[in-house]
Amino acid sequence: MDLSKLQQIDPYSWSVPLHAGEKRAPVRLFGSAPLLATMDDKVLEQIVNVACLPGLVGAAMTMPDAHWGYGFPIGGVAAFDAEQGGIISAGGVGFDISCGIRCLRSNLDSKALLPHLEHLADVLFRDIPAGMGEEGELRLSPRELDVVLQRGAEWAVQAGYGVAQDLEFIEEHGRVPGAVPEAVSDLAKKRQRGEMGTLGSGNHYLEVQIVERIYDTSAAQAFGLAEGQIVVSIHCGSRGLGHQIGTDYLVTLAKAASRLGVTLPDRELACAPIKSREGQQYLGAMNAGINCALANRQILTHLTRSAFARVFPQAMLETLFDVSHNTCKAEQHVVDGQLRLLYVHRKGATRAFGPGHPALPQRYQQSGQPVIIGGSMGTGSYILAGNPESENSAYASASHGAGRAMSRKQALKHWNGRDLLDGLKRKGILIRTRSMRGAAEEAPGAYKDVDLVAEATEMAGLARRVAFLRPCACIKG
Amino acid sequence: MGTDTCGYFDHDADIGIIGRGDTLEHAFEGAAQAMFAIMIDIAALRPEITVRFTFEESDVELALVSWLNLLLAHAREQQTVFSHFGLRREGNRWHGEASGQRWQRDMERGVEVKGATLTMLAVEQTPAGWEARCIVDV
Repeated sequence: MDLSKLQQIDPYSWSVPLHAGEKRAPVRLFGSAPLLATMDDKVLEQIVNVACLPGLVGAAMTMPDAHWGYGFPIGGVAAFDAEQGGIISAGGVGFDISCGIRCLRSNLDSKALLPHLEHLADVLFRDIPAGMGEEGELRLSPRELDVVLQRGAEWAVQAGYGVAQDLEFIEEHGRVPGAVPEAVSDLAKKRQRGEMGTLGSGNHYLEVQIVERIYDTSAAQAFGLAEGQIVVSIHCGSRGLGHQIGTDYLVTLAKAASRLGVTLPDRELACAPIKSREGQQYLGAMNAGINCALANRQILTHLTRSAFARVFPQAMLETLFDVSHNTCKAEQHVVDGQLRLLYVHRKGATRAFGPGHPALPQRYQQSGQPVIIGGSMGTGSYILAGNPESENSAYASASHGAGRAMSRKQALKHWNGRDLLDGLKRKGILIRTRSMRGAAEEAPGAYKDVDLVAEATEMAGLARRVAFLRPCACIKG
Repeated sequence: MGTDTCGYFDHDADIGIIGRGDTLEHAFEGAAQAMFAIMIDIAALRPEITVRFTFEESDVELALVSWLNLLLAHAREQQTVFSHFGLRREGNRWHGEASGQRWQRDMERGVEVKGATLTMLAVEQTPAGWEARCIVDV
């Protein structure tokens, strides 16, 4: 990105000056100069386009891990007010509705785990359906699926996939209100038939990690983390159902925008006023998609526990937190001293509520919400804690991952999947995958430096680092 | 898969696909080949299962997105991967056909495509023929 087009507010925050005659809301980019310099100019183009959408409140923003997306940039955050003609955008949520990370803390440490790591990786790879074409064992009738779309992880726990305590540590307790299964097409429901309890492909993974460093002792204590401890992160979303909802409404909303007089600088920003019929239908379908993703991660949590128990009968895996990073959520935020209901789009951005937020479980009231920045399979991940909104000026949002620095096409030219996996094994990181092409595309070198992203996230006031996690085994989708 | 009928272009997180042909319909078929070749070695597939479907769309760019996304949906629904494609247009009505094989666990896999997007979406007639392109989300 050409930094000369930006105005620096502070070392980790930038704005985009308005040209003469240009009409749009402010734009704010979070991140250090080195991070922004590596971003494609398309990121800037896309977030400026978002700032032109009606009903935007405050600035259109990007997180430090932003990269070029479709419509919205990945790492984009934008809040809209329905009472001011604000819109809801399918492009602002993405195809993988409620893609997110479930983090589980274990009672195992690295000393106990490492001698059995190969066996554990094999068992996880056998028991967790991962990759293109892999199906789960669960088959739901259309009526049962509608219940899942209404009740999310709550349904999964009641069906025996997990324990009630899990729900306390999932956003919205595992069930978002406002889901409308009738707004989800039959095709979307058919696509989900074999996909409940599956990881998917691309950048999705299940990773066994070691807590290597604690940054914030107090928050780490609240999160139940200590150095040397084993944790598991599961990164996936709403699978075929969510993809089809995104597909269906992309075209519907693109046409609605034109009919309802919403001028789109980019067709991919396909959107409709929140209060319009199409906006309400998408909102209902998207909420159903979120519940599907929450149920999916709950089932995968259960499968993970079962796999661990086969190798470590004494293992206990508790849900640390479950965060989504592709959503639009109705939230109350204080804007210019007034409490307002806003529809906050986070596309490749994590919600990061600060200490004392009423939506947080009692355990995290002092620390703030756990925020998970998933890294690449060869580097590491971070757990952070949300800051008060007096410090976080991005509607309680933070980074969600390392963010790509190189296209998949370029990555395929740079790396061979087999060689990459062998190299990672020599570093003590076991990868299990059915796709060598996928492994090459997901090479650690194709991602930004996750350390820089986490540091910038903290320095920008979005969230503060609590722990660094080093990968030791990764089941790649 | 002929390299003259399909190709790719760069995108940070996802993949740009290109279909080319002497007619609009052939360019759409090339785009479908490019998309499925991300997921599987389509040259190794046999046309054992065929699906047929129709859709209506007056906007040719949106028709490309609908064509690709309907192919993805039918493939998932049938647990199939497609390698052969046919498309015929009658005004705003499009008649699609795709053939391929059911998923086998021993197939060499690529990366799952979640959907075709409207980003960098273009359907153009060039001196060399028709070209259809868009970004697919993986």
